[in-house]
Amino acid sequence: MTGFFTLLYKELLRFWKVGFQTIVAPMVSTLLYLLIFFHVLEAHVEAYPGVAYTAFLIPGLVMMAVIQNAFANASSSMIQSKISGNIVFILLSPLSYHAIFFAYIIASIVRGLLVGLGVYWVTLFFFDIPLAQPVWSILFVVLGSAILSALGLIAGIWADKFDQLAAFQNFIILPLTFLSGVFYTIHSLPAGWQYFSHLNPFFYMIDGFRYGFFGVSDISPYISLLIVAICLVAISMLTIRMLKTGYKLRH
Amino acid sequence: MQPAIEVKHVSKRFGDVCALSGIDLEIRAGEFFALLGPNGAGKTTLISIIAGLTLADSGTVSVMGHNVITQYRQARQSLGVVPQELVFDPFFTVREILLIQSGYYGIKHNGDWVDEIIERLDLTSKANANMRALSGGMKRRVLVAQALVHKPPVIILDEPTAGVDVELRQSLWDFIRQLNQNGHTIVLTTHYLDEAETLCNRVAMLKDGKIVALDSTRNMIGKLPAGKSVRLRLLPDTLPAALHTLQLSHTGGMVELRIDTYAQVELILSALRSAHIEILEMHLQQPDLEDVFVNMMRNSGNEVT
Repeated sequence: MTGFFTLLYKELLRFWKVGFQTIVAPMVSTLLYLLIFFHVLEAHVEAYPGVAYTAFLIPGLVMMAVIQNAFANASSSMIQSKISGNIVFILLSPLSYHAIFFAYIIASIVRGLLVGLGVYWVTLFFFDIPLAQPVWSILFVVLGSAILSALGLIAGIWADKFDQLAAFQNFIILPLTFLSGVFYTIHSLPAGWQYFSHLNPFFYMIDGFRYGFFGVSDISPYISLLIVAICLVAISMLTIRMLKTGYKLRH
Repeated sequence: MQPAIEVKHVSKRFGDVCALSGIDLEIRAGEFFALLGPNGAGKTTLISIIAGLTLADSGTVSVMGHNVITQYRQARQSLGVVPQELVFDPFFTVREILLIQSGYYGIKHNGDWVDEIIERLDLTSKANANMRALSGGMKRRVLVAQALVHKPPVIILDEPTAGVDVELRQSLWDFIRQLNQNGHTIVLTTHYLDEAETLCNRVAMLKDGKIVALDSTRNMIGKLPAGKSVRLRLLPDTLPAALHTLQLSHTGGMVELRIDTYAQVELILSALRSAHIEILEMHLQQPDLEDVFVNMMRNSGNEVT
């Protein structure tokens, strides 16, 4: 276990040492989103009956910040190590595939949660947000960030250059995030769009997370939990398999 | 005794390029072994396969009896590798890196040994400096230190002295030699053949992915067809008749005479003295590993095992 804890410690230290860039900056940009949407839309939209748009938006933005940073952490750590070549120190060591997987994933979850908590904490000064069922929120935020961490690791292993990683992020992660109901409830969408939203696994993370706040969601949190859990298991298995076979890491 | 490294029928292709074909190699525990060959001969590929960084297409490799694929954790625990590239993690200081590296190998409190390596490699003044701030030579020392944190029985150094100044080269070899005396098996690749000749007791030469020579350093030099010779610049530039049978060449004012034993030098000197010929310049030529290397690389296909 020493090997695992060391790699976890190293991964945590890696982003902590550049905390302004990895934690504070994404907090600020998320809060700017909030400020803008609040200014433009607060008076016009009510997401659920009795739930103001800003109150609805905040959990969505928190979750978005969490998953984006979880993804960014694992993917950038992996690709930086690959491109600078220092991944060799991990590959030469007797660390098991599982130890490598869990160390990267947990460190990325921690970074995601730190950013999310930071955003949530700041909004508490200005808005009154209920937290009806915190257990559901915690469950979804941890599982959701784990999925994005694993996706980040996959992207970091797969990409040979930063350009490819940016493509993965901008053409896969970003659309799935923005179209998952961060900014709107899918009940406000036309039927066709609603259908496509249900094919997006990110939708279930955000919907389930929001259920923890308002006790209301677009679909049952149990179904969301099942789908999110299945996604996590499948993506984790794929990631561990990539580490085990040495895909793009051992030639 | 169990070999330190055992390579059996290992082949590896990269696309159309055959990097290694059917390599068999056994390196005994306690040896100081050199892998030599021109660029692209397959040295680094072979080392990478032993280290588990590259996967062989066929064949098996074990380190201290542990298969590098099926028992990768034990095999890697037994191995310390100094990579050829100057790679480093820019987020950490030298001491942090070494403690983190220890942790990867399951060692919790390694401060004493880490401090000792830092001192032996003359890194004390840089122990708390960030890796980015280090010169190339210093980074090279840290790479060596990283390979040693877990006191591996087998240490592989891939061109450890490339681009390193003379002073570090000397102190590095002193340290490595001492590790070898303490029982560590050392495998190195280098382009400085004089280093391999003075340090290593056995040498393998690779060419085009095949081992073309494998023997003790002394045997290899001894097997060379070209023997010893003396090169002389004389005044006047003529050779006494008694020495004509020894003459190999006479070009550009230099005479080259073949000798079979060093005692013959004395005969040559006395012959010149009695002919009143003055010696302006004199070189003793003896074959070294470089001659073996050049000879081997020229005569490809002559597989020697």
